[in-house]
Amino acid sequence: MSAWIDVCHIDDLQPDSGVCALVAGRQVAIFYLPRLHAVYAVGNFDPFSEANVLSRGMVGDLGGQPMLASPMYKQHFNLQTGICFEDATVSVPAYPARIENDRVAIQMPE
Amino acid sequence: MNTKQTLVVIGNGMVGQHFLTKLVETAAKDQFHIVTFCEEPRAAYDRVHLSEYFTGKTAEDLSLVSPGFFAEHGIEIHLGDRAASIDRQQKRVTSANGVVIAYDKLVLATGSYPFVPPVPGHDRAQCLVYRTIEDLEAIKAAAEKSKIGTVVGGGLLGLEAAKALTDLGLETHVVEFAPRLMAVQLDDGGGAMLRQKIQALGVKVHLNKNTSLIDDGEQCLHKMNFADGEVLETDLILFSAGIRPRDDIARACGLEVGPRGGIVIDNQCKTSDPDIYAIGECALWNGQIFGLVAPGYTMARTAAADLAGAEAGFTGADMSTKLKLMGVDVASIGDAHARTQGALVYTYQNGSSEIYKRLVVSQDKKQLLGAVLVGEASGYSTLLQYCLNGIELPENPDSLILPQRHDESVGLGPDALPASAQICSCHDVSKGQVCGAIEAGCTTMGQLKAETKAATGCGGCAALLKSVLDCELIKQGVEVSTDICEHFPHTRQDLYNLIMVEQIKTFDELLDKHGRGLGCEVCKQAVGSILASYWNDYILEKPHIGLQDTNDTYLANMQKDGTYSVVPRVTGGEITPDGLIALGQVAKKYGLYTKITGGQRVDLFGARVEQLPLIWQELIAAGFESGHAYGKSLRTVKSCVGSTWCRFGVDDSVGLAIELENRYKGLRAPHKIKFAVSGCTRECAEAQGKDIGVIATENGWNLYVCGNGGMKPRHADLFATNLDKETLVKYIDRVLIFYVRTAARLQRTSVWMENMEGGLDYLKAVILEDRLGLAEELEQQMQHVIATYQCEWKTTLQDAQKLKRFRHFVNSDQADDNVVFVEERGQVRPANAEERRHFKLIEEAA
Repeated sequence: MSAWIDVCHIDDLQPDSGVCALVAGRQVAIFYLPRLHAVYAVGNFDPFSEANVLSRGMVGDLGGQPMLASPMYKQHFNLQTGICFEDATVSVPAYPARIENDRVAIQMPE
Repeated sequence: MNTKQTLVVIGNGMVGQHFLTKLVETAAKDQFHIVTFCEEPRAAYDRVHLSEYFTGKTAEDLSLVSPGFFAEHGIEIHLGDRAASIDRQQKRVTSANGVVIAYDKLVLATGSYPFVPPVPGHDRAQCLVYRTIEDLEAIKAAAEKSKIGTVVGGGLLGLEAAKALTDLGLETHVVEFAPRLMAVQLDDGGGAMLRQKIQALGVKVHLNKNTSLIDDGEQCLHKMNFADGEVLETDLILFSAGIRPRDDIARACGLEVGPRGGIVIDNQCKTSDPDIYAIGECALWNGQIFGLVAPGYTMARTAAADLAGAEAGFTGADMSTKLKLMGVDVASIGDAHARTQGALVYTYQNGSSEIYKRLVVSQDKKQLLGAVLVGEASGYSTLLQYCLNGIELPENPDSLILPQRHDESVGLGPDALPASAQICSCHDVSKGQVCGAIEAGCTTMGQLKAETKAATGCGGCAALLKSVLDCELIKQGVEVSTDICEHFPHTRQDLYNLIMVEQIKTFDELLDKHGRGLGCEVCKQAVGSILASYWNDYILEKPHIGLQDTNDTYLANMQKDGTYSVVPRVTGGEITPDGLIALGQVAKKYGLYTKITGGQRVDLFGARVEQLPLIWQELIAAGFESGHAYGKSLRTVKSCVGSTWCRFGVDDSVGLAIELENRYKGLRAPHKIKFAVSGCTRECAEAQGKDIGVIATENGWNLYVCGNGGMKPRHADLFATNLDKETLVKYIDRVLIFYVRTAARLQRTSVWMENMEGGLDYLKAVILEDRLGLAEELEQQMQHVIATYQCEWKTTLQDAQKLKRFRHFVNSDQADDNVVFVEERGQVRPANAEERRHFKLIEEAA
């Protein structure tokens, strides 16, 4: 089991919106959904536009699944699994994320 | 070896062209090589809407021929060449230019010519007719030298011509031989009401006038002398005293013609020579000439079908008509004069609102025989359907013309119509065909129009078509969901009303009260926009931040590589040299690509998120403010240079554009809004392609609404004329807020208008006549938006918390290494994938 990596303070997050963090050399989009008391972390790279923009997408749910919409061409990704709603063969990496003592931490595979 | 037969069509007017389009849809297309002669220098155009040539439409706008039509179907067209003679023995047509074509089949669509009474002096200069675009050009040229214009003839076409003269700014007279206007279609009461209304619009009507001589005037170019001794001075005379069939070519080759002209045809539109057809206004069927376009189209379809071997017949046509003459609704149905034996007549006359209605019914009061409507013709479709389909009248037929005091509706539901009922007479579309298209999957007016062509001719049947559509969808049990998304069982308009009535200030509050789930990018953006329109709070306040798309979040426009572009406001497109220099310096300093936009400003591309505040600090210091290019909001007010500099300018378009842009900047709306102001009718600012367009006239400003360029261009509708600035602004305030309140999500004004029930007339009633009693409220709401305007960039720069978002990483000051530029034509551009890989390799190697 890989270790939790400390990323930032909870105040650095944007409620119902995203930020991007540099974690072990990778760009990670982190979203804070207060209604679910949850943080989600997925890769920041949008496979459709090939740009590092997913942290700037809007969030919500589709059919009850927490969802992120790419700001570029509006494809939806499942925040828990990283799988694209429109095309299940496309996905972005999804990372476990947690808040502890007001600090945000992410678990990243080696 | 060419085995095709040759089909020659003489005349490429509306009917000739309709014939061609119908023929190429049939199998006969492959059987014939088609040759057509068109005496005019341009192919078929819409003569019905000819007067719009004076209100901004061009010859191209009026064209009825889709681009490439002739080439696509291999049709040989001889433009500007008149067919001069027919040799029926040799079966050859010879043209004025000497072209000789042998035919197997021949179609005459020569149309008609305006009748000019043989009054002495009728051939003087500036005595013109009104039929072709060349005629209009001559009228326009003559009008420039004239103050007073007179139309001889008070019929349908004459009144159209009178409208053209008033549009050209002339004092306009109409001289009519008969004792009433539109003598063919209207009875005395209807004619009198029409005269009253038209005179109120400034047109002087002279009835019972027989012109005996035209000679030199004293104040004007001409003096018209009437048989009763009266005289009228005028600079320009337009003859519109009826039409005559152009049958000379048929006469010359010995085809049978009527005693008073017209090429005699049978039910298949064949002339006395079975290889020759005649269609349209040149044809005489059963002793009758049909001077309307719909019967001409029916003849065209009949002839095309007959040539294709299909069964078809022309058996007369309904001459009912509905039109708007100088803004006055006029309609005539069937036996308007009650000539049928035993006919009974009901009339309704309202002197104060200037409405006249007359019903002609059968002796047993069961059938509608005819009707006349002046001043209010909304019941036309219903009455026409009663008349054409022989539907039994209600017990009290007068209820059909009496004003409705309550919400009672006496309209004929679409259910009452038989499947054979004709919905669209221009394209002969029956209710059955419409229902078929709906069954096959059409669920919107747009789809239905594209599929059936109904309501795409004169458009008069649009309301009826819509009611058939709604009725059929309900019957099919199709529940057309208008919900904005899965999180709210409401339309955007519902949400707007909920927010307004319950004074809701945040998305969370709305979601708790009326929604479910978390929301999504669709409802969040829509609600974000509504809240911004209504409350006009700063959009990056904490409760609103998650509702903004990336462009609104970063107050800039995201480009394909994740960088942003920056567009400072340049009101009216007016910019000082210092302003230009400042833009140049900023662009240079931050290495931005610069491009001039279509909205007369400068777009600076390639800014990284972390650069945006720095760039804006400098722009604001140089006097710029946010251009809202990122928002669904007012974008630009484009202008021409106007009367300040331009030789032709009539008014200060730049000044007005700046004033309007400053007034409405920051207004959030369902979609972006573009304006333009032109300083004269040359229209260099292209105002008629904008959501709001303003054009200067000698007497004030003309307001156009709901135009669009882009994917689906739409000419703006002329909404009000000759306004002073105060009234103009008042109307724009109302239109914009009404749009903000009632449009669907991401609906531009053009589509909003296309989908509005009642269309332009309804919008006019709401805005100009205040039918809903909303005008003051709409103006007040706009006043609130104006009073609470802020430059979003200025506000953002003053807030350290907000500035925290403008960095790529929340935990590092590094930049995004995936953003790579290369140089092209002396500026940067995003590297493509190939180039990016190349750079990465170099980096890794180093």
